[in-house]
Amino acid sequence: MDETQLKVFVGIVQRYFEKITGKAAEVGTPFLGQPKELPIHDFTGVIGISGSQRGCVYFSAPAQMLKELLLRAGETDLSEDNFADLTGEIANTISGNARREFGSEFLISVPVVVRGSGQHITVPKDVRAYVIPLRWHKIAASLVVSVAKA
Amino acid sequence: MTARKLLIADDSNIVRSKIARALGQHGLHIVGLAANGREALELFKATRPDVLTMDLTMPEMDGIECIRAIRALDAKVRILVVSALSDKGTAIQALKQGAQGFLDKPFTEAELSDAIGELLEETGNG
Repeated sequence: MDETQLKVFVGIVQRYFEKITGKAAEVGTPFLGQPKELPIHDFTGVIGISGSQRGCVYFSAPAQMLKELLLRAGETDLSEDNFADLTGEIANTISGNARREFGSEFLISVPVVVRGSGQHITVPKDVRAYVIPLRWHKIAASLVVSVAKA
Repeated sequence: MTARKLLIADDSNIVRSKIARALGQHGLHIVGLAANGREALELFKATRPDVLTMDLTMPEMDGIECIRAIRALDAKVRILVVSALSDKGTAIQALKQGAQGFLDKPFTEAELSDAIGELLEETGNG
């Protein structure tokens, strides 16, 4: 994944928050993550990538951010199930929107949601994982992109 | 005049709720909420809605396959795809299978209302 492709994901995540909440997420400088030290928050939505590219994309956020996002969306059910649902939907939307740049052969799986900040997400060993740190409503979350040409 | 019947298919509970909230206020009667294409097909047969919103990336049966199956049963039902798969190829494929509209995720309630309004106006039923 080159810098231009990484910028695609940065733009998508900024636009997602702007569209849903009226305020874009502040995105920090992306960095190369170490496989065993990738950021994990309370809820993590993982999308498998196949087709023209391979690897995974995951969005991970604390419960506090998910609660704020649900409230902004007018949702009254603030259960953990809905936190998980929202995390998966954000991961799905960001990955799906990337097809605008990567094309129809950028195939995405349905989301798998992992609960708990003590968990570990396994990314492909031979694919670099870039961490895109973001902050919205003063709350930090992370988008991790571990994708390479198939 | 009877309210038009709406079936919502999306694997996200939050998205289903958002669509139901937005379109329920516009005179559409929600007859079913489906979490995958297979459920959508069964609910379609049971409720015969006038309008469907259809996600594409869903477990068990995806949206494209579901649209194809529904279109084989009913030539008149209006189908709006609501999906994060925002490339042109996917939109064209969905339209070829029988959808009449395509709305990218993420979306606002106003954009959804507009998209459904356009879909219904095209039939002269708006």
